[in-house]
Amino acid sequence: MTALAHVPTGSGQSASPPAPRRGRHRLLPYLLLLPGAAWLLIFFAVPLVQLAAASLYDPSGSVTTGYAMTGAVGNYPAALQEYWPQLVRSFVYTGIALVLALLMGYPLAYGIAQKAGRWKNLLLVSVVAPMFTSFLVRTLAWKTILSDNGWLVGLLRDVHLLGPDGRLLATAGAVVLGLTYNFLPFLVLPLYASLERLDPRMLEAASDLYASPLRAFQKVTLPLSMPGLVAGTLLFFIPASGDYINAELLGTPRDNMIGNVIDSAFLVKLNYPQGAALSFLLMAAILAVVFVYLRKAGTEEVL
Amino acid sequence: MRTMGHEAPAGDLRLANLTKKFGVFTAVDDLSLTIPQGSFFALLGASGCGKTTTLRMIAGLEEPTSGQVLLGDRDIARLRPYKRPVNTVFQSYALFPHLDITENVAFGLRRRGIRKVAEQVDRMLALVQLEGYGPRRPAQLSGGQQQRVALARALINHPQVLLLDEPLGALDLKLRRQMQIELKRIQTEVGITFVHVTHDQEEAMTMADTVAVMNAGKIEQLGAPADIYEFPATAFVANFLGQSNLLAGEASGTSGRDVLVSAHGGRFSVPAARARLARGPVFLGVRPEKLHLVATAAAVPAGHQHVGGVVTDASYVGVSTQYLVKTAWGSELSAFSANSGLGGQLPVGTPVVAHWDPRHAFLLPREPGEDDRTTPLLDEPVGVLP
Repeated sequence: MTALAHVPTGSGQSASPPAPRRGRHRLLPYLLLLPGAAWLLIFFAVPLVQLAAASLYDPSGSVTTGYAMTGAVGNYPAALQEYWPQLVRSFVYTGIALVLALLMGYPLAYGIAQKAGRWKNLLLVSVVAPMFTSFLVRTLAWKTILSDNGWLVGLLRDVHLLGPDGRLLATAGAVVLGLTYNFLPFLVLPLYASLERLDPRMLEAASDLYASPLRAFQKVTLPLSMPGLVAGTLLFFIPASGDYINAELLGTPRDNMIGNVIDSAFLVKLNYPQGAALSFLLMAAILAVVFVYLRKAGTEEVL
Repeated sequence: MRTMGHEAPAGDLRLANLTKKFGVFTAVDDLSLTIPQGSFFALLGASGCGKTTTLRMIAGLEEPTSGQVLLGDRDIARLRPYKRPVNTVFQSYALFPHLDITENVAFGLRRRGIRKVAEQVDRMLALVQLEGYGPRRPAQLSGGQQQRVALARALINHPQVLLLDEPLGALDLKLRRQMQIELKRIQTEVGITFVHVTHDQEEAMTMADTVAVMNAGKIEQLGAPADIYEFPATAFVANFLGQSNLLAGEASGTSGRDVLVSAHGGRFSVPAARARLARGPVFLGVRPEKLHLVATAAAVPAGHQHVGGVVTDASYVGVSTQYLVKTAWGSELSAFSANSGLGGQLPVGTPVVAHWDPRHAFLLPREPGEDDRTTPLLDEPVGVLP
């Protein structure tokens, strides 16, 4: 304070900040929003509209002859009728993978967050480390591990967990395994963030108030980790249900998911209206599932 | 005050040879004490003295290395916390943020399978003066209100013993005073044994029937607040519970009813009943408010003993003035002079004579070589593990 007293009065004038210009202040938030908004517009909104338009093209056109915009709403029922098994399969596989991921991921996240002590950072890096390599490479690695003449199949055949002709690769199980593996970190990380904030004294208080460890988990740990659980589930579910790499590399056409169908509609069959319609159907299905889920989970109070 | 060895009635809480070691560090060292049923007991000590560890062992949140925690005749030392008839008010309250106040308070009842909780919860909220707060969330309440919720949440279970871990530590001074009175009222009302852990000596003295002063995992002294304050057992207690002027001296034995002490070239005496020992190195202790200042030795009342010095500091604190008096040998004594309107202020530099009634002095054991101790101990020593 004494230092201020020695400042010459001349600088005292500039010490009071200039009156803010209201106009600039009001515009500032919008200016800050601009880059993000522009990004969203160019890379999300425009392609989305383009895709919506493509889903309504006359299906009799082709890439070479061009498409006529005829508002062919019939593309949707047609696509759904032809590919509903793949759509359903996508959600079944993703659902099973999600359950498996939860069974592995929750204890993992809990362990790292609450029990790991000085190993915490190392373990966290281990969860993320696989992501340093490409998604494709990791899935191809699984292809090698699960291959018919690989050591794993050999071992399982030797201990008779697998029949002499039994295989792992190119099965529905391999696809589900791939989905579980590839999207597990998306589940674990938000869950970890939630559990890391969990005050261990909460559990002491629960224990002090006659809650057995199981009850304490059910009544305190689980509800308090809900935000992370919801976020993690969504981050797992949304990309996994549209995924096609796992089904492509680890499964057979019998195990195709909706992603594979969309992929081939655009890149193999060059049937843009169908691919676009399927994309929107998938989007709608995911939105419906997420909506119902969020209503049920009802975490807005915790979030 | 009941002591060890007496037959304990059903509800007394007894700690027997309780020890807790963390690696090489002994947090609680062979602690034995009895807390009578229905009493308000305070464990007082600085950070790291083992008081919270003791509390956590009673709660079951820490397992003793050895020793027993007896509730009546039952050893509960190895029971899981959720199987003990003991509840805790945590230092940070540890309210469940995802539950409303009603569900927070009802938590213990629900875990024991009691379904009809509304009436009991309402009664508890009324007891802690939070009627109508049931539907709110902990985050919507002030610190003082959260503290009451934590209390209600523990008390609703009618525990045999209620443990309070620095429950008022997070409150501001005014609220703390208010809650002290409130806690005392509630304790009288419910009649449950309260074990209160605190580092605030004033808090311990205002609320507790019995105070145990802990230091380095052991109990230094146990008794009624007034008894401990008026006649501390050790130099640590003398300076932790309030403030004391401790003069290093040598006791040379009893003469009649007095113990004779020589200190800093002067000869003093203390009634034998107020001496912890009669021979050897001692501290001669006088509380600052029992030390009176006069201008000359001639003005010292008959029967009083005195030392001379110079006023080096005078802090006016409204209700009293706190003087520092530097003696000829360099120690600074504290003297509190009540602002009763009698006598004026003494300016710094005034030569004075500090005198006291020997019946207000006390003799404590001293380690050979230890010098005068006239400054108060800090509540929170730096660098000590909690």
